[in-house]
Amino acid sequence: MLSIVEVDYGTPKATSKTTVELQIDGKTVRVPQGTSVMRAAAQAGINIPKLCASEMLDAFGSCRLCLVEIEGRKGYPASCTTPVSAGMTVSTQTPRLADLRRGVMELYISDHPLDCLTCPANGHCELQDMAGVVGLREVRYGYDGANHVYAKTPAGETNPLFVAKDESNPYFTFDPSKCIACSRCVRACDEVQGTFALTIQGRGFESKVAASQDNRFLDSECVSCGACVQACPTATLSENTLIEKGQAEHSVVTTCAYCGVGCSFRAEMKGEEVMRMVPNKDGQANHGHSCVKGRFAIGYASHPDRITTPMIRAKISDPWKVVSWDEAFSHVASEFKRLQATHGKQAVGGITSSRCTNEETYLVQKLVRAGFGNNNVDTCARVCHSPTGYGLKSTLGESAGTQDFDSIEQTDVVLVIGANPTDAHPVFGSQMKQRLRAGARLIVIDPRRIDLVRTPHIQADYHLKLKPGTNVAVLDTLAHVIVTEGLVDEAFVSARCEPEAFAKWRAFVAQDKYSPEAMEAETGVPAAAVRGAARLYATGGNGAIYYGLGVTEHAQGSTAVMGIANLAMATGNIGREGVGVNPMRGQNNVQGSCDMGSFPHEFPGYRHVSDVATRTLFEKDWGVPLLGEPGLRIPNMFEAALDGSFRGLYVEGEDIAQSDPDTQHVTAALSAMECIVVQDLFLNETAKYAHVFLPGSSFLEKDGTFTNAERRVSRVRKVMAPKAGYADWEITQKLAQAMGYPMHYSHASEIMDEIARLTPTFHGMSFDKIDQLGSVQWPCNEEHPNGTPVMHVDEFVRGKGRFMLTEYVPTSEKVNAEHPLILTTGRILSQYNVGAQTRRTANVMWHDEDRLEIHPHDAEERGIAEHDWVGIRSRSGDTVLRAMISERMQPGVVYTTFHFPGSGANVITTENSDWATNCPEYKVTAVQVTRVTQPSDWQKRFHAFSDQQQALLDQAQSADTLGQA
Amino acid sequence: MNIERLITMANDIATYFTVEPDHATAVEGVRDHLTKFWDPAMRRQLKAHLDHGGEGLNPLAREGVEKLVLPPASGS
Ligand code: SF4
Ligand code: SF4
Ligand code: SF4
Ligand code: FES
Repeated sequence: MLSIVEVDYGTPKATSKTTVELQIDGKTVRVPQGTSVMRAAAQAGINIPKLCASEMLDAFGSCRLCLVEIEGRKGYPASCTTPVSAGMTVSTQTPRLADLRRGVMELYISDHPLDCLTCPANGHCELQDMAGVVGLREVRYGYDGANHVYAKTPAGETNPLFVAKDESNPYFTFDPSKCIACSRCVRACDEVQGTFALTIQGRGFESKVAASQDNRFLDSECVSCGACVQACPTATLSENTLIEKGQAEHSVVTTCAYCGVGCSFRAEMKGEEVMRMVPNKDGQANHGHSCVKGRFAIGYASHPDRITTPMIRAKISDPWKVVSWDEAFSHVASEFKRLQATHGKQAVGGITSSRCTNEETYLVQKLVRAGFGNNNVDTCARVCHSPTGYGLKSTLGESAGTQDFDSIEQTDVVLVIGANPTDAHPVFGSQMKQRLRAGARLIVIDPRRIDLVRTPHIQADYHLKLKPGTNVAVLDTLAHVIVTEGLVDEAFVSARCEPEAFAKWRAFVAQDKYSPEAMEAETGVPAAAVRGAARLYATGGNGAIYYGLGVTEHAQGSTAVMGIANLAMATGNIGREGVGVNPMRGQNNVQGSCDMGSFPHEFPGYRHVSDVATRTLFEKDWGVPLLGEPGLRIPNMFEAALDGSFRGLYVEGEDIAQSDPDTQHVTAALSAMECIVVQDLFLNETAKYAHVFLPGSSFLEKDGTFTNAERRVSRVRKVMAPKAGYADWEITQKLAQAMGYPMHYSHASEIMDEIARLTPTFHGMSFDKIDQLGSVQWPCNEEHPNGTPVMHVDEFVRGKGRFMLTEYVPTSEKVNAEHPLILTTGRILSQYNVGAQTRRTANVMWHDEDRLEIHPHDAEERGIAEHDWVGIRSRSGDTVLRAMISERMQPGVVYTTFHFPGSGANVITTENSDWATNCPEYKVTAVQVTRVTQPSDWQKRFHAFSDQQQALLDQAQSADTLGQA
Repeated sequence: MNIERLITMANDIATYFTVEPDHATAVEGVRDHLTKFWDPAMRRQLKAHLDHGGEGLNPLAREGVEKLVLPPASGS
């Protein structure tokens, strides 16, 4: 079912610049060439009846309800499949058309149950509407004959055409008795999502919709994106919330809080309760599509595990004590002041998260810099995309992706390296698949055979299945081929890049040691494939690179990012539509949290703290002197905690105890601190080590903005009151006040106004502007008042592009007899990062534990069978998971996800990190894997500790209830 | 802080700059990187380590650390 507020124009918008004029029902209408008659009419306010058409899908022409008469043409063409032409004269309502349409509707209704009043779609059903529109008054055929409606025939026999409801999917129900075989669902799954899970089986009256191989939805290929549910004009495919609770009454546009695609949604509400989330057709990042997380997995926001009262305790072995907000704030303030008085100004700091809004992140860094008086602020982007910031800033001059998502429509060659868009960025993954099905070529560089390599109607031209840890080597071999085979775009390079740096780089990559042949043994990639891929990228037309954490989370993460930028510059693939360098951001606001100055060395807008002009600007605005030296990064904070110089930490929305590498090192550091303040929805792993818990608010409970992977700033809108009383920015503000630093914002928009005032790339940004335009891509300022979809167009942000030398340095994490396998980590579609949210939804039906994927050969050698418990040991620690034998792995490489805390994936990862940014090397850990029969010692301790912490929480809550009684 | 960790980190940085053909530029690269991204206390500790012989630092890291200009101790 469509959104309750959207109008469906029936067929996709035409993009032609040429306009065509025609007459519809006596009105003169002007539309772009290629528009359907149906859409042209709809734009002129004339609604032609329709059932099989929807503007999200290509016209199909099967229901025959949208017939029109066109002067000079015979018969009754379908308006959805008929394009406009100049001078056309169309009639949409004639007595003959009315008869034909009634006939069509009569047939539909004769095989449809008449229980409209109790049907979930009641009030918003297109079939019902059409019956009304055409004036259907009687149905001459009874249900005695063949039908799909009743389980039994009138004679009491089983009706062979009847199919019972499929309720296997936790979020929606399929009730085939209501299906009109319009195939909108099938087309949505093919065209929009690209999963090809549904088919229409049979012909004519027999035809019915089935999930792949007649499976239940849950057992089919279906990834539960919900596109089919949204496309269905009847109640056949309905959200379970709609079935349980009925229609929404109002709708609010907001932004998904999960991944970096930043899908725009309509939260369809009944009072303060969300009935359904419907992707916004006008959403500029997602164009009306979404994935299972954003559309369905929002139940965590009302999960009983949510903590809604502040709590404090002196030691982590004490029970929690429920306190008032004021007590909590003054407790934190006095503790932090005490720590600073005894151990120095540097003894405390803050960590913000990519899950926070821009406004929240901005306030946290302001609190640290102005309120704590130091620069000890960092963000979880440290552990994912900090190398992107460093690498792109050094080469191109700006720490951000260069394109908008829609740029891919103009791409001829897609190069995906260390990213898994169909799982980690599903909606953009679907858009990429659309482009690939339409003919763009594909190069994948990944140790694993990710889904994209071979999926319906897509086959990668090259899959460079490199050994983990050799990204830089592979990038250098690609560059070598480009340089030595004369594929450099010399005109672009001489016009746009620094000549000396380029000359140095050219000589560097031309060295024999970087030839694909010389590197083959190191990278494991056949030289011919490297040569082919390099030629394709350099000469295949518009080449666009998409990369993810498989590039950044390495000891040479920053080097690899620079290597990518080098390739784009050398081939002239930057500065226009269809090309560029595109970091796929993990969490929803990675880009925003970096933009907002949450790194210890820079103010908002990526300006170094030592820059006097910038610092003076902030000092004036904030009314306090500021430090000109960088502060501690997250891993430095841990080190400083262990040596006793760092004692207090304010963590907003981040779970460092689960997400950071080398868990035992992290928990030792946390245990060494005196005052850890956690602001979150749940008692997460870090909160188990905390002394103060401040209950945060979900994205449904506050106003603000998120910035997605394409620098697009979109609004988050409050649709319900914060469950604990305050939006997160208000909590930070109160904390600042308690610390004696004044903050007086009355709305999140005032924080954005301050950001705009102090940040050149945001000078033109405001909530009003975003409301007006839907969303805005920064830079948004005097030069670009409506934002900037493509960057570096005439010149690079830094002026001339700078080629950087990218020597390949093998990681120190090497396999040996003791640790003969390489472990690499990743994520899957249904779960989100540390899983705190998605684990608290029905998404666990797709993924209820982290498994170790291992190649059959490695498994056999170790006597490991599917589902066996296996111990994984590295030099950092060991844990136990169940095995999943998989050909997607190459021999010698094992893989796991990290969505469940008890899995302890990060007990195994090491302290190794990117040389430039200390982004951890999550993607390469040498391990040994053996069959075992019981959990690891760490897991036993983990469970005992978790049980104890849960008990301490339960005690607090029951004490609180007693207190209130 | 754990000096071993600081040494590894400084060596990692120096390793990146080793490829730079102009030696002075390479040394400057190491020094600037440390100055731009490291908390002063960490720089101070590393410099002190160098003053005590600098065991474990690779040659380019040593040169970079040697060139560090430290801000006056502050804050406490
Ligand atoms: S939910 Fe998505 S993947 Fe599943 S059948 Fe529907 S459109 Fe296809
Ligand atoms: S399930 Fe819905 S969308 Fe699919 S064919 Fe049936 S009525 Fe049409
Ligand atoms: S998780 Fe990502 S792709 Fe899925 S709905 Fe949210 S923003 Fe869109
Ligand atoms: S809407 Fe045109 S044929 Fe169905």
